[in-house]
Amino acid sequence: MALVTENQTAALSNDEILRYSRHLIMPEVGMEGQLKLKQARVLCIGAGGLGSPLMLYLAAAGVGTLGLVDFDVVDFTNLQRQIAHGTSDVGRKKLDSAADSLREINPNVEVQKFDTHLSSANALELFRQFDIIADGTDNFPTRYLVNDACVLTGKPNVYGSIFRFEGQASVFATKEGPCYRCLYPEPPPPGLVPSCAEGGVLGILPGLLGVIQATETIKLILGAGEPLIGRLLLVDALGMRFRELKLRKNLDCPVCGANPTVTELIDYNQFCGIRGEEAPTTVTGIPEIQPEELKRRLAAGEDIYILDVREPHEYQICNIGGHLIPLGDLPKRVSELDSSREIVVHCKMGGRSAKAVDFLRQAGFTRVHNLAGGIQAWSDKVDPSIPKY
Amino acid sequence: MAIKILIPTPLRPYTGKQSTAEVPGQTVGEALTNLVSQHPDLKRHLFGEDGKLRSYVNVYLNDDDIRYLAKEETPAKETDTITIVPSVAGGAGDDCWL
Repeated sequence: MALVTENQTAALSNDEILRYSRHLIMPEVGMEGQLKLKQARVLCIGAGGLGSPLMLYLAAAGVGTLGLVDFDVVDFTNLQRQIAHGTSDVGRKKLDSAADSLREINPNVEVQKFDTHLSSANALELFRQFDIIADGTDNFPTRYLVNDACVLTGKPNVYGSIFRFEGQASVFATKEGPCYRCLYPEPPPPGLVPSCAEGGVLGILPGLLGVIQATETIKLILGAGEPLIGRLLLVDALGMRFRELKLRKNLDCPVCGANPTVTELIDYNQFCGIRGEEAPTTVTGIPEIQPEELKRRLAAGEDIYILDVREPHEYQICNIGGHLIPLGDLPKRVSELDSSREIVVHCKMGGRSAKAVDFLRQAGFTRVHNLAGGIQAWSDKVDPSIPKY
Repeated sequence: MAIKILIPTPLRPYTGKQSTAEVPGQTVGEALTNLVSQHPDLKRHLFGEDGKLRSYVNVYLNDDDIRYLAKEETPAKETDTITIVPSVAGGAGDDCWL
């Protein structure tokens, strides 16, 4: 059955020959390689920071079929790095926006849109339809799901991951090489994942890593060069240093080892200890004050001391005149606060300030409240001139 | 004898923003123990309650995973570099916890 399709596609039109001429004139790709690209089917998980450059370059290179899995909508904060989407795409589905960009770059590419959460229920069936899986996700449950589904379906997992200005890349789950679980058998507990105060990403970084993923994907399709199998590439964009660590296939790996214990997909949220949708301000027993109430009481001239526990760089973005002590510095700077005064603590969204309130109460402060929803809620409900970030 | 330890970005909040540390030690385990005694906040991120290295923190001596050498007992020399490689989910903090 595949023969007919292959015969039909196993030729380039004159337009395609012109389009891919800079590939065709180098022997490492040539006509044979370009036809391999045209027949290749690559599934990109995520149409965000890593997925954008990855899919754009794969389309430009002439990968015949690109599958995209995403359920998200383009947001203003995405535009700093997710270059498959433009300003006029805000509010659109990332899938639609990305498909338009790909069509513009190369109309010869068949884009298949999967408007869904990748899950244990759909991953295997989806992966079987493709040759290579490129993992551009941003959370541990999906990372482990992608890895396990790649091992179970025998598809290579082209991996990229980013944090602030550092990234990692590798090629996992090939026959001879290690998988993600060989490297990290278990995810970190949710309590130890970075907080807002440590978040953010240099916009160019997913560009760098996504292009590395695209490079590896193309090499796998062509069968050229030395793929990143059994190697973990560490990228430090700030120092502009690239390092490489050796990875080994773990014979005891629960998925790809000699005696695997994971032989079908599991509940990855449970595996990663995700405790459902935990609203940031629902730390129990923390006394709260609503933004409107704070506004009314301040306007009435009441003596309320505002404590801002965000980081100095966040304070520079916007503030409501609070005294700044970052959460991490609070224990050693608590003497700056007067426990006889009423204190309202805030952060960006209410999570860090809830911790601060809890800490202050244990330190003997009795008149201390958390500003519900943080400065973001203040912007929404009291003063829209305060920018949101 | 000082061994160089490279601290990855996610752990720098616990090392006073330091990206590298020079610590004494004859083995990788000793060097890491000395590192966390200099930076006590780092301890729970590297070691579990049982005092063992956490399973999601990988430690490399030069470019080799110590799990395939002699683990924490792996001898280290002054010219060696220890790299801590924690697992990173990726993303941009849109869905951070705090």
